[in-house]
Amino acid sequence: MSEKVLMKGNEALAEAAIMAGCRHYFGYPITPQTEVAAYMAKKMPKIGGTFLQAESEVAAINMVIGAASSGVRAMTSSSSPGISLKSEGISYLAGCELPALIVNVQRGGPGLGGIQPSQSDYFQATKGGGHGDYHLIVLAPASVQEMFDMAFKGFNLADKYRVPAMILADGTMGQMMEPVSLDANAVETYDKSWATVGTGKHEGRNIINSLSLSPKQLEDWNIDRYARYKIIEENEVMYEEYMTEDAEIVIVAFGIAARVSKNAIKEARRRGIKVGMLRPITLWPFPKKALNGLADKAKAFLSVELNMGQMADDVKLATNCKKPVYFYGRTGGVIMTPEEILGEIEKIEKGEAEQW
Amino acid sequence: MATTKILIAGFGGQGILFAGKALAYSGLKIGKEVAWLPSYGPEMRGGTANCSVTFSDEEIGSPIVDTPDVLIAMNLPSLEKYYDFTEKNGFVIFDSSLITKQDTRDDVTTVGIPATKMASDNSLNGLANMIILGKTLKITGILTLEQIKSSLSQMIPAKKAELLEKNIKAIELGYNY
Repeated sequence: MSEKVLMKGNEALAEAAIMAGCRHYFGYPITPQTEVAAYMAKKMPKIGGTFLQAESEVAAINMVIGAASSGVRAMTSSSSPGISLKSEGISYLAGCELPALIVNVQRGGPGLGGIQPSQSDYFQATKGGGHGDYHLIVLAPASVQEMFDMAFKGFNLADKYRVPAMILADGTMGQMMEPVSLDANAVETYDKSWATVGTGKHEGRNIINSLSLSPKQLEDWNIDRYARYKIIEENEVMYEEYMTEDAEIVIVAFGIAARVSKNAIKEARRRGIKVGMLRPITLWPFPKKALNGLADKAKAFLSVELNMGQMADDVKLATNCKKPVYFYGRTGGVIMTPEEILGEIEKIEKGEAEQW
Repeated sequence: MATTKILIAGFGGQGILFAGKALAYSGLKIGKEVAWLPSYGPEMRGGTANCSVTFSDEEIGSPIVDTPDVLIAMNLPSLEKYYDFTEKNGFVIFDSSLITKQDTRDDVTTVGIPATKMASDNSLNGLANMIILGKTLKITGILTLEQIKSSLSQMIPAKKAELLEKNIKAIELGYNY
């Protein structure tokens, strides 16, 4: 392993995308993800890549559609309001069966919101965001190292299944610096004979398209894509279990909320309360089976999020209401303290907490 | 101490983030787990800026420092905001050329150093951050003088040798104050 360097999450992610073979970045500045674009602006011209600051987010995502259609690894990054603007294009990527990487370094919302860290785009990322029947593969890093690793993972999975992948980070993940090992992860290559790069290699034309005026054909496309989603759900779930072996209360949290929760868990254990955590690394596919399994042993679940309660619904569905699910969150850019989570844990212990 | 939580706070432009970076980089070099988290956004333009640095022997949970073991305060609003939240037996180092602090807690070591004045007296304008950092290292022992000097020489490019020399001079001034 090479010597670790100190880097911001946004920069580590950008470096990893380049190492993963991305040479086409299209973006538009917005806090707190701007370092991704700045890094690309500095690096891409030196390595024969394209950095393009588009006139708007809508333009940037459509440039990603164009580049991805030609089979190259293309990406864009933004923060919450910018992702809303890109949602139409993301739906088109899904409809056109195009692999691409979209990064959302979330900030508080709705509307223009604020610029401080948030996880309130969970619904948007995992349930659609754009229109139509589709999913994104959604990766939730919880460290600068994972910001780096997830860029490789995102591109690999997107290419493997011909689906867009999203890295759902937040302001702290983007802005903080931690030691990171810049060793390249595996760069997987998949057949891209579907790419629109001219007819030199085969008969007939390749067409990238999401429009079908035949309901039956459109239904077939969707059914075909959902068959792939099923394979993704079976094979690509990632999560971390932390002190769950004997846990009576299982926290479910991702990203920065999981980091804060770890402090709360350590303190709870010092006070004799058996708390553990399941940290989803893929938010879609969601670690349903693992949670369902834990529901047979644990007494209660506590979803901890930087929003008003979004993933808590999925925790309830995954555990099939076998055990009570509680929620604790802060929103608008406020980050909870470990003490606040601990307070909620103690309320659950005493039976004073209200179920989600 | 397995984990040390450091909070550096002051006005934007005082070099708060750079002082934090120097600490974080040194932590990395001596084999600690480290996390560095800046405040970001409009408050950095003339308002308050702060930065959380965590050193640990184990995996770091939250990178956010709300209750510091070591508080470096370079303006009054920062001292007022975080003084009471400093952990018991912690350290507070403040710039006494900008702040007057009379009522101090018995359970924290509170030390003033006229960093801004020392910087201007020694033609080290803009390096009050390094002077106060030097004093912090001396009283807390979180890093040795050699460790921070070595990090700075790696962080500051060779072509800016003059800058490195000034930074080191500032650190030493604070350390020996």
